[in-house]
Amino acid sequence: MNWLTDYVKPRLSKVIRKRESPDNLWHKCKACGQMIFHRDFVAAQKVCANCGHHDRVGPKERFEALFDEGIHQKVDLPTVKDDPLKFRDTKRYTDRMKDARNKSGDTDAIQVAKGKIGGVESVIAVQNFFFMGGSMGMAVGEAIVRAAEEAIALKAPLIMVTAAGGARMQEGILSLMQMPRTTVAVDMVKEAGLPYIVILTDPTTGGVTASYAMLGDVHIAEPGALIGFAGPRVIEQTIREKLPDGFQRSEYLLEHGMVDMVVHRHELRGALRRVISLLMEKHRPVFHQAAQ
Amino acid sequence: MITFLDFEKPIAELEGKIRDLRKLSGGDSSMDLSDEVDRLQSKRDRLLGEAYAGLSPWQKTQVARHPERPHFSDIVAHLFTDFTPLAGDRSFGEDQALMGGLARFNGRSVLVMGNEKGTDTPSRIKHNFGMSRPEGYRKAVRLMDLADRFGLPVLTFVDTPGAYPGIGAEERGQSEAIAKSTERCLRLGVPVVATIVGEGGSGGAVALAAGNRVLMFEHAIYSVISPEGCASILWRTSDKAKDAATALKITAQDLVKLGVADGIIPEPLGGAHREPKRALDALGEAVQDALSEMDGIPADRLRQLRRERFLAIGRL
Ligand SMILES: [Zn+2]
Ligand SMILES: [Zn+2]
Repeated sequence: MNWLTDYVKPRLSKVIRKRESPDNLWHKCKACGQMIFHRDFVAAQKVCANCGHHDRVGPKERFEALFDEGIHQKVDLPTVKDDPLKFRDTKRYTDRMKDARNKSGDTDAIQVAKGKIGGVESVIAVQNFFFMGGSMGMAVGEAIVRAAEEAIALKAPLIMVTAAGGARMQEGILSLMQMPRTTVAVDMVKEAGLPYIVILTDPTTGGVTASYAMLGDVHIAEPGALIGFAGPRVIEQTIREKLPDGFQRSEYLLEHGMVDMVVHRHELRGALRRVISLLMEKHRPVFHQAAQ
Repeated sequence: MITFLDFEKPIAELEGKIRDLRKLSGGDSSMDLSDEVDRLQSKRDRLLGEAYAGLSPWQKTQVARHPERPHFSDIVAHLFTDFTPLAGDRSFGEDQALMGGLARFNGRSVLVMGNEKGTDTPSRIKHNFGMSRPEGYRKAVRLMDLADRFGLPVLTFVDTPGAYPGIGAEERGQSEAIAKSTERCLRLGVPVVATIVGEGGSGGAVALAAGNRVLMFEHAIYSVISPEGCASILWRTSDKAKDAATALKITAQDLVKLGVADGIIPEPLGGAHREPKRALDALGEAVQDALSEMDGIPADRLRQLRRERFLAIGRL
């Protein structure tokens, strides 16, 4: 720690961020404090070269990392009613939405795209934690329904990359209703004989975990991700005990049988390709011809 | 004597006066206070009627949580015969926060399940205040499998603050258990009637409420988060629970408007806890009506209709 990294760099980065290139900016790892060149950090898919900490990434980075050559096409998402409850806490929900939209340039906390994974046509939905904590309201629910329909129409696997604190409270009961609604959506994919694969990333909690995030044919978690139903603070308040180390982290879930594998971000594409290829065997035209 | 809620203070005072007057006139036959008693009694009824007609969402929350509100065991005792409780998830344990079994409803064999909060300290502890651990939801899945196999309608009665937030519950996959219960409910090829009788708390309630019909008692609530929880997150103080209760739109009346609930079951004057038998009669009729509407609908169609019901919620 010195005045250069603590004071000059952040100020510099403010100035530079306003221009284009972030190449000579620094990233300070949230886990180990190591300073990493932003350019290197981005090239490493935001995994710390020093400690392996997986920082959060958005939909764009996910699509680029998971689809073959990063090539993909966005799926148009349905429009939903803004602020269905006219919700207001210390701030209006519409104002919170405006802020989130301005900051992200996106309409809500999820994006869906199609493309190939290991040559197999696939649909990926990615939750965006940077948009109101990835929270699940009507827009996220409708997008998942849309993603499921797209997967079924294309006879493609559906891959769900989760990242959310849970349901979006400002949509009240309508956010809770996304639990059964998304459950119907992924069940339609399963009924069509197509794989539904969940990639759990930091954090995945609440109503999201208690619905589509835990209903995958295969569950893949990124290292160190917080995954659970109740948030750690709520549990601590309820039981008035300190939580064990590593509680609700990916490795803990693996140990307790809730996920199939914990996969480093750099290995994700490979793991996904393999799983899809193995599960989509019956959909391969070559295989059918050979079998006849 | 029933437990009075804070907004019922004037009513409690009146009832106290009425009791005192009755005692007085009972002890001395020369004093006829019956006119005065009648006057106070009608005033009490009027006040109670007014209070309950205009309950705020936060007051409804208190009524929905009233300790003497009819619970699952009362529902089963009043509306079902041959109740045969079934226990255990066949994997880890038995969760008494979620009860269920085979029974007859108006003579028809059904599967009945619900959350039980308990009625006194020992039974509240035994039932964990109606907050299930994964074993409860896994038992629910097991019972729904059974219902499906034997073509029995599933009747659920929801009354839970939510799923239990604890270390063991997380360790054994609380999220997965809830998700699987919701999924199983949505896949059923038999009619499913879910009624929110008291508190419908978050995901722990959804796990039993993915029905073809979702009914609510007049003063029941159903919410994504408790008003206190919402207030402490969004307002950063649980003192704002009243405001949160209003903003969240958690009442039966709101949920019918939003298409989340299909019908409201009227409660007797002053809430179900004042006249539980009458409340449960109304509940029985409403559940029977909902069930009758689904007579003769084939399994695939029931599943399809249920899916469509949920997909339609909140759409433009
Ligand atoms: Zn880092
Ligand atoms: Zn690091």
